[in-house]
Amino acid sequence: MTAYEAAQSLQRREVSSQQLVKAVYERIEAVEPAVRGFITVLEQEKALAAASRADELLEKGQAPSPLTGIPMALKDNLCTSGIPTTCASRMLSDYRPPYDAFVAAKLQAAGTVLVGKTNMDEFAMGSSTENSAFHITLNPWDGERVPGGSSGGSAAVVAAGEAFFALGSDTGGSIRQPASLCGVVGLKPTYGNVSRYGLIAFASSLDQIGPLTRDVRDAALVLDIIAGHDARDSTSVPREKEHYADYLGKEVKGFKVALPVECFGEGLEKEIKDVVMQAVGKCAGLGVQMTEASVPSTKYALPAYYLVAPAEASSNLARYDGVQYGLSVRDEENLLSLYWSTRKQGFGAEVKRRIMLGTYALSSGYYDAYYLKALKMRTLIREEFVKLFKDHDFIVTPTSPTVAFKIGEQKDDPLTMYLNDIYTVTANLAGFPAISIPCGFVEGMPVGLQVIGRPFDEGRMLQFCYCLEDLLGIKGRLATIDIKEGK
Amino acid sequence: MPGAYEVVIGLEVHVELHTASKIFCSCPNKFGNAPNTNVCPVCLGLPGTLPVFNKKALELSLRAALALDCQVNPFSRFARKNYFYPDLPKAYQISQYEYPIAGIGSLDIFKDGELVRTVSIERLHLEEDAGKLLHDDANLSSYVDYNRCGVPLIEIVTAPDIRSSEEARLFLESLRRILLYTEISDCKMEEGSLRCDANISLRPPGTEALGNKVEIKNMNSFKAVQRGLDHEVVRQTKILDKGGRVSQGTRRWHEDKGLTSEMRSKEEEQDYRYFPEPDLPPVVVDDAMLKKIKNTLPELPVARYQRLMADYGLSAYQAEIITTERSLADFFEETLHHYSQPQKVANWLLGDVLKVINLDAKEIDDTLFTPIHLAELLDLIDGEQISGPTAKEILEECFKDGKMPAVIMEEKGLGQISDTDELAKVVAVVLEENQLAIKDYHEGNKKVITYLMGNVMKITGGKANPQLVTAMLKERLDK
Amino acid sequence: MKVNKKDVEHVAALARLTFSSEELELYTEQFNDILDYINRLNEVDLENVEPTSHVQPLKNVLREDCAITSSTDLREAVLREAPAAEHGYFKVPPVIE
Ligand SMILES: [Mg+2]
Ligand SMILES: [Zn+2]
Repeated sequence: MTAYEAAQSLQRREVSSQQLVKAVYERIEAVEPAVRGFITVLEQEKALAAASRADELLEKGQAPSPLTGIPMALKDNLCTSGIPTTCASRMLSDYRPPYDAFVAAKLQAAGTVLVGKTNMDEFAMGSSTENSAFHITLNPWDGERVPGGSSGGSAAVVAAGEAFFALGSDTGGSIRQPASLCGVVGLKPTYGNVSRYGLIAFASSLDQIGPLTRDVRDAALVLDIIAGHDARDSTSVPREKEHYADYLGKEVKGFKVALPVECFGEGLEKEIKDVVMQAVGKCAGLGVQMTEASVPSTKYALPAYYLVAPAEASSNLARYDGVQYGLSVRDEENLLSLYWSTRKQGFGAEVKRRIMLGTYALSSGYYDAYYLKALKMRTLIREEFVKLFKDHDFIVTPTSPTVAFKIGEQKDDPLTMYLNDIYTVTANLAGFPAISIPCGFVEGMPVGLQVIGRPFDEGRMLQFCYCLEDLLGIKGRLATIDIKEGK
Repeated sequence: MPGAYEVVIGLEVHVELHTASKIFCSCPNKFGNAPNTNVCPVCLGLPGTLPVFNKKALELSLRAALALDCQVNPFSRFARKNYFYPDLPKAYQISQYEYPIAGIGSLDIFKDGELVRTVSIERLHLEEDAGKLLHDDANLSSYVDYNRCGVPLIEIVTAPDIRSSEEARLFLESLRRILLYTEISDCKMEEGSLRCDANISLRPPGTEALGNKVEIKNMNSFKAVQRGLDHEVVRQTKILDKGGRVSQGTRRWHEDKGLTSEMRSKEEEQDYRYFPEPDLPPVVVDDAMLKKIKNTLPELPVARYQRLMADYGLSAYQAEIITTERSLADFFEETLHHYSQPQKVANWLLGDVLKVINLDAKEIDDTLFTPIHLAELLDLIDGEQISGPTAKEILEECFKDGKMPAVIMEEKGLGQISDTDELAKVVAVVLEENQLAIKDYHEGNKKVITYLMGNVMKITGGKANPQLVTAMLKERLDK
Repeated sequence: MKVNKKDVEHVAALARLTFSSEELELYTEQFNDILDYINRLNEVDLENVEPTSHVQPLKNVLREDCAITSSTDLREAVLREAPAAEHGYFKVPPVIE
């Protein structure tokens, strides 16, 4: 059942929000040991209290949004007042923020019901959720495989039916790649469309919050709630409020789609290419024009990304020093040892690696050779995309070069791990919206197709994906995921 | 021989802007509150928070740029300056680096009305202040108060144009005057709202190359700046005289001991890893915006100083003191709307009025005394209704309760006695009691008149009209 | 450009991180692999390209100068999270100046 379908039943009062919440908690109890997608599951009473408030509103016909009463989950880098927000790091293992993230407040005001905070790669750095300081999350399709990352927990709980939808954050593919690997829809909005206020920063110029959902319609409904201007985020773009759900079901005839040759060549597994191309082929039936295109600069997106993101991260994560909050190791009474010991014990290996890389890229004598070059590359990538979008509506690529890989398989090879983001980082560097939708299976594992759109063109992007999803006819399979219980 | 070297000084001045709220959050920009009360998630740098730039801080920085003749950059943006310190909650300071709000400018410094030097300003940029660290006596712990963290600052960097510690002080004094005039800052050094670091090096006269420079920090008053630099000139001269090299680095001034000590050497200089602040879009200033700011600028102190001399015939000394504070100059000119003699106003202002104010260490517009009070007081003197000494007494009363001079005069019966009959009686009594004096007078000692006058005043409580009494005494004695 | 163990040590010092000798060795190796990959950027002529630091064409995003004092609740919550606080101050090991 999708969030939309559940919401329909709620509105018809065939079911209550409290019943939905209870069902979700039963599901969590049943499958969570085999998924381990949550870091924190809220006490059921708390969720039920929120559900009963939603029920009252629904009863009175005063539901503040189409998703009122729907149980959902938030990635654990989204601040929730008084509720642990850990970023899957020892550094913040006991941290309770004194305020709500913009998106958390919006979802609360919309009457949705928070059931838990999801697992992730520590500080969102990773593509497998193996970098969580607490535990790994298992792919609901195959417990020996990773769910992707960094929003692996969010993707897994949605795929496993432990929440109707979840929010994730995407810096270089962290929503889309796990969505692809878990067979759900994952949307990274245009940079500036969703407020970052209360999202614990990884790389500020790339981070965006977005939904992970069971289908495209749900993605539109969630985006309707969380998108929009926020005066507390200076990079939030003031524009007229869109109604994304209104785009769904409209015709897509005449849309022009570009297929960049660079994203279908070397490095892409043949089976995945076939599945994606098959899906693409079906678009012809929609009256959509498909053309090959070349975006040479995408080859350089990943190197640029691995300078920009770590550089910003090195600065964003400097605040974790044991002075004000979080872990504080005070074994010796001097300031330097407070910094050293706290950061040594608080951060995991991948976080340290990226802080180091970023510090190096910004350090005196290397700024021009590394960081500045990456910013210039960003310009080229953006310009090429802008040019391509002059006569194309969308760009379609695979989301990830592989299906979900085995746990531990890439753990010790950072560079191979980084290559998981090869098709996704471009949209972050350019600030464009991008979405991954399931498009088929390889060896029983889901494969995702990525659609990149023009800035703030999420509406038509969803419109296109909605038709495509319908055409692919695999939406039904998502609801029948069979979880191996226990473990 | 001391003084054999040319002294080269550049200043870095940090000025807290006079805004209601902080630069990137809505917390009050207020000094002296209980620790960590003017804080919020943003200025505490809590994870997930973001900065939003204060419009007033931008306007004040532009005002400062215009007042210092700086070229305002059409494009500027913030950058992160990364370093670890407990008073910096994000472990970076949001500052400006490659694109400051304003570039090259200049400030003239004067001494006794003479232009001493035009000091170039290299740049003016915006940034956030850090919190405050307190150290306990036993030094077992330090304590952090983030109330000051996020207070808007401008940093003004001069070229190495200053040639003596005295010039440095004069520069700071005239800078302070401008910033007060333009209401950019309250410039209270004791509260840290104006702070100054100095770069100083020595070189043989006539040479161009700069010597090894030393940055001096922690000079917390204008006097400290002058003393600190004087000390450093002596210290560096000694080194150079012995044929040594001054080691480049940062030194701290100790006001109590009157000396500087090394904080860090050049090798230990920090690598701040500046990069563009991704959380804040750039600032673009166009001509229209600049024009609007320009229109809000008041007349600057030097211009006013020159005008006061030209328009009212004030001496350089008078004009200098009157323009020290904008409020005093405003008071002066406002008084002239109600009273027409500038010299008399200047004399009273610089004399008795300032004396009363300085006792309270206040500015004139913080008192109950207004230009109308002064004008009325001067009118009473001119109309011979009160004597000089009485006027001073009334002046002090005005400051106490803000009553008008005429009212005080009435209430306290301080009006001058000009009634000839009444005075004649007193004069008669005085002459009766001082036969010896009369004899002296007739023997040629004309000074006796002053003595007799004193006696008249004693009897009348100082209220007798002195001109009338003098005339009466002369008349009676010469009869 | 190759980095050596000493470079990595210097970077660690800047980032207030400490590593064992073996970790430094591993990091140096991984660093060089990653930098090798990143150095692909040198294939592109970027001489006359303007850097992009902000993707949205926003400028002059300003708020009115209006002061709001945080609630005592918030202040207490913040100090409660502090690893060490005393008399309303955050407490840190001695900072020697
Ligand atoms: Mg500064
Ligand atoms: Zn604040």
